[in-house]
Amino acid sequence: MSQRIAITLDVNGTAYRREVEPRLLLTDFLRHEIGLTGTHVGCEHGVCGACTILWDTAPARACLIFAVQAEGHAIHTVEGLAPAPGQLNPLQQAFQDTHALQCGYCTPGILMTMTAFLAENPAPTEHQVRDALSGNLCRCTGYQHIVDAVLLAAERAR
Amino acid sequence: MTSFGRPLTRNEDPRLLRGEALFVDDVELPGLLHAAFLRSPHAHARILGIDVTAAKTRAGVLAVYTAQDLGAYWQPGPLLVPPPPIAGMEFHQRCQVPLARDKVRHVGEPVVMVVAESRYIAEDALGDITIEWEMLAAVGDLEAALAPGSVRVHDDLASNVAAKARQARGDYAAAVAKAHRVIARRFTYDRGASIPMETRGVVAQWDPRADRLTVWDTTQAPVVIRNGLASMLGLSERQVRVVAPNIGGGFGPKMMMFYPEEVLVPWVAIRLGRPVKWIEDRLEHFFSTTHERSQIHDAEIALDAQGRILGVRDVFLHDTGAYDPYGLTVPINSQCTLLGCYVVPAYDSTFTAVFTNRTLVTPYRGAGRQHGVFVMERLLDIAARELGIDLAEIRRRNFIPADAFPYDQNVIYQDFTRLSYDSGNYAPILEKALAAIGYEHFLREEQPKARAEGRALGLGLVCYVEGTGIGPYEGARVQVQSSGRISLATGIGSQGQGHGTTLAQVVAQQLGVDIRDIDVTTGDTDQFYWGVGTFASRGAVVAGSATHAAATLVRAKILKTAAQHFECAEEDLVLAGGRVHIAGVEERTIKLGALAGLANPMRGAVTPGTEPGLEATSYFGPASGATASGVHAMIIEIDAETLRPTIRDYVVVHDCGVVINPLILAGQIHGGVAQGIGNAIFEKLAWDDQGQLLNASLADYLLPTALDVPRMVLDHTVTPSPLNPLGVKGAGEAGAIPVGALFAQALEDALQLPAKGIEILEIPLSPSRLWELLHGGD
Repeated sequence: MSQRIAITLDVNGTAYRREVEPRLLLTDFLRHEIGLTGTHVGCEHGVCGACTILWDTAPARACLIFAVQAEGHAIHTVEGLAPAPGQLNPLQQAFQDTHALQCGYCTPGILMTMTAFLAENPAPTEHQVRDALSGNLCRCTGYQHIVDAVLLAAERAR
Repeated sequence: MTSFGRPLTRNEDPRLLRGEALFVDDVELPGLLHAAFLRSPHAHARILGIDVTAAKTRAGVLAVYTAQDLGAYWQPGPLLVPPPPIAGMEFHQRCQVPLARDKVRHVGEPVVMVVAESRYIAEDALGDITIEWEMLAAVGDLEAALAPGSVRVHDDLASNVAAKARQARGDYAAAVAKAHRVIARRFTYDRGASIPMETRGVVAQWDPRADRLTVWDTTQAPVVIRNGLASMLGLSERQVRVVAPNIGGGFGPKMMMFYPEEVLVPWVAIRLGRPVKWIEDRLEHFFSTTHERSQIHDAEIALDAQGRILGVRDVFLHDTGAYDPYGLTVPINSQCTLLGCYVVPAYDSTFTAVFTNRTLVTPYRGAGRQHGVFVMERLLDIAARELGIDLAEIRRRNFIPADAFPYDQNVIYQDFTRLSYDSGNYAPILEKALAAIGYEHFLREEQPKARAEGRALGLGLVCYVEGTGIGPYEGARVQVQSSGRISLATGIGSQGQGHGTTLAQVVAQQLGVDIRDIDVTTGDTDQFYWGVGTFASRGAVVAGSATHAAATLVRAKILKTAAQHFECAEEDLVLAGGRVHIAGVEERTIKLGALAGLANPMRGAVTPGTEPGLEATSYFGPASGATASGVHAMIIEIDAETLRPTIRDYVVVHDCGVVINPLILAGQIHGGVAQGIGNAIFEKLAWDDQGQLLNASLADYLLPTALDVPRMVLDHTVTPSPLNPLGVKGAGEAGAIPVGALFAQALEDALQLPAKGIEILEIPLSPSRLWELLHGGD
């Protein structure tokens, strides 16, 4: 397992070159190799969605991907959402405005899932939001305020 | 305009939303090592031998430890909560150990610790270890565990009885003698897990130059961890800093201490002279983070012909798991909370806590209160049916009257005090809930119509109380910084409750500043020395009241300093907008930051007795807890084929006294209800007869998703608590407490089970379990 492979990953538009073991998970690469700890790890078996990133434009579970597989793809994480340091993008702002997060651990994954969802469906119904959200687990909020946030962000974008 | 009481958005959100907030696994340190634990694959077995030779020689492994290697450091954990002084009680303290030495008592109990250059290597090395086991029969069933000749979890005890306690008052036999009806049933409530999205984790760093240890821990009680670690490691408290940064959900099990990893990671960091990290994976979490809920109640209620309660008798078994470091908190909460909103003239309750070969049981959101509510509310439902009384009416008839508060329950509560409800007014809550759910309309028109169409609609209506805001105490320090920002530090930890906002609102009320100008620090023992922790819905009540007291003192200091500065009377000053000015003379103004500088002169002399700065520290310890209350009402429809319930309407009317922030309160209640729904219909830990957990993954142990939790309608009544200056009561657990009882009732109603001779006397109730009940299976 000591074999290392040189890879260059495009994360939030920046190229990161590292030598990694083939078994290194993308979550561990993001969090511990390049210090982007906003992507959280909740279950490491692809169920909870806390580690959701955008794989090119599609949401994907970073805990189910090896870092070496990500070469050649554009990876987007929560750190890339805000338009500038210290600011929030409209979806993030809607989350604050509606109290859509409590502990905030699942939030980055949900933001990434909903970013992709709203790009595809800019005017969703509540049921569509709930359906899209159902692959991300949140243990604090009971989801109601998250649904409100996504609907609010969609409304504000219109 | 005061911010207190307004639905303000949270101070803590921007950093969380940008992925900038620090969680324990985000801590990276130079030279960081990683620990992994070999955990018992067996529920009950003797350890005959452990061979770690191969693991030690693996490249990248720095150390391997078994119980023997810990020497004198190997000690059973402390008893976190001693049993309260209930006369005649029996209690056997058997606390968890850092690494199992002679035998293992539940699957997941740690046996060997490996420390390596990476978690990957550490886990590789676990595979190099061989253990020779002598398998023992495992006991999980509570009644089997108490049967004569049962295998014993602790060999040195005569049985698996961990504790036994009876609390009785009034004359139950006399109540039965004069009763019109006595109803007896057996109720069971099974095990679930809290499953915070962030698992547990510990990072420890010893700095030999500073002679200090820093520990980042996902604990709900950093101060208590600091004190315990100092004691165990032979250090002074000042040498240990425990930081509970952002915590990804707690719900009670992160209040448990000391987990073995909390004891071992700091020890090994000191021993190896390098920082060490351990982060629990989800599989470990299912086995090694504490669970809750399993109890069996044999309960009986005596009523008169009008449905008034004459007495209740309850004998119950409580599963404490393999060890009992949390004492009797959970079963005592069950015992006390059963009394609910009602006048119960005679009460006789006895519980037996039982050791089993299962993961430890410690409080999880609700902490035993669910069971009490389930038993009492189900008994009342059955009584209403048998006596032909409306569900709402039987509750109304038995409510403690509004003029009876404070209401002495004459039982000992979890905080060792005699349980007294400080305040409450239950009838208005019920009436609001009935109106909101459309009770009369549903029963008279909607349900009969639906039934005529072959649809199964049912209604649930449950009342509950929650003892909140218990002692002993918390503290807070408020300080005006020279920047003009206000800092507040308290000893509690925060796991998403929004203390960074609600406590800021308490400060803002006194200091007239914007809450965005207040920086709240929780969970850092270097920032605030004293405290107990975040549990029992006590943060807003206890830390909030301490914050209020400190902020009040700082306000006085601000006005005094400003009066000296302006050479005017304090009464002539206005404190608002981060400044002090003379009333009517807007130009005579000074910013709080400048005033803080004046309060800390660098040269010259001060009046003897002067304290520097605009700062105050206060503590608050309530004499006893504040009792919150509420009613949940729900209408569900059940699919005739799949028996899957769909929640159509969900109403919560809640009284937690004065509300600091309605937006945050709503979030607390929504989240509690969601966990209650999981508990009621999704979440059941399934074990085989060897004590193996069969559904230890999130693909098998299902949590409610956004499609399962309905939109809720919330309303409030306000009965201020007289026990604290803010009039607040806790709200953290209320959402979760009544939901099991609510589902049992609504499912029974929807499927018209009583007419079929079926009653729902258990939780959780998955559709498959409901199918079994309907078809007479077990």
